[in-house]
Amino acid sequence: MRLDRELSCIEVVELVTAYLDDALGAADRERVEEHLVFCDGCSTYLEQNRQTVALTGRLVPDDIPAPLRESLVAAFREWSRA
Amino acid sequence: MPSVEERRLVDALRAGDERAFTKLVQEYGPAMLRVARMFVSSRAVAEEVVQEAWLGVLKGLGRFEGRSSLKTWIFRILTNTAKTRAVREGRSIPFSALASDDDESGGVEPDRFLGDDTRFPGHWALPPQRWDAAPEGRLLADETLELIEREIAKLPPNQAIVVTMRDVEGFDAEDVRNVLDISETNQRVLLHRARSKLRRALEEYLR
Repeated sequence: MRLDRELSCIEVVELVTAYLDDALGAADRERVEEHLVFCDGCSTYLEQNRQTVALTGRLVPDDIPAPLRESLVAAFREWSRA
Repeated sequence: MPSVEERRLVDALRAGDERAFTKLVQEYGPAMLRVARMFVSSRAVAEEVVQEAWLGVLKGLGRFEGRSSLKTWIFRILTNTAKTRAVREGRSIPFSALASDDDESGGVEPDRFLGDDTRFPGHWALPPQRWDAAPEGRLLADETLELIEREIAKLPPNQAIVVTMRDVEGFDAEDVRNVLDISETNQRVLLHRARSKLRRALEEYLR
C-alpha cells in the first residue's frame, strides 16, 4: 500500500508521545517510521524524548517522614481494633 | 481481576497485619506524597492529604472489591482527597479543559522549522543536536535532575501530575486515566505537552 503523503518534521514531533506509547494506528505508525529512516533531526528528537523520560524516571521520591508513618501505623492499629 | 498476591495482601490488612500495612505505606507512600504535592500549595498540606487519603483507604478497605487494582484504587482516593483540598485552597486543576491558554504552542518552537515559502516546508531548519555530545557525565549529574524537578514544578498542575505519574512513578497510561478519570486523548495531550517542555529545558541546558 502506498502512503498517501509523507509526514513533515513539524508533524512528527507532535506524534512522538503517541508513538512511544504505541498508541498510533498502523498507518500512522508506518508513516512515522518511514520518516525516521531518513530524518536525522527527528531521530535525534525521538531519542531525546526517550532520554527525557529516562532522566525523569531517576527522580527519587522523598521518604515518608517518620512522624507521618507513625501516625499512619497508629491509625491502622486503631482501625483494626475497631 | 485482582492478583493472588493482592487478594492475600487485602486479607492481611483486613486481619490487622501491621507489617503488611507498613510495607504498603513504604511502597506507595512516597509516590503519594509526590503526587499530592502537585495538587496543593505546600509540602505540609501534601502530608495532610496523604494522611487523610490513608484514613480513607482504611475506611474503604472493607468494601474494596478488587474491580480495579489496589494501586489504582489507593491513588484514586489520594487524588480525590487532593482535589478536594486543592479546591478548598482556591486552586482548581482543570483536567477536562484540553485547550488551556498556556498551550497553543507545539512541542517545538515553530521557527525551528522551514517556512511554507521554502522547498521543504515543515522540515527542520534547526534540528536538535545529540546530547551525547555534551560533556561526559553532564546528562546524569545531580544538577540535571534538579533542573527536571524545577521544570516539573513550573508546569501547569494537570501536566505536572500526569508526567509525575507516568514518568517519575512509572504508572502506565491506563492507570493514569483510571486514577484521574480522564480520556485517553486527554492523558496523552497532557503528557505530550509536559514531556515536550522538559525536553526543551534539557536542550537549553545541555547546549
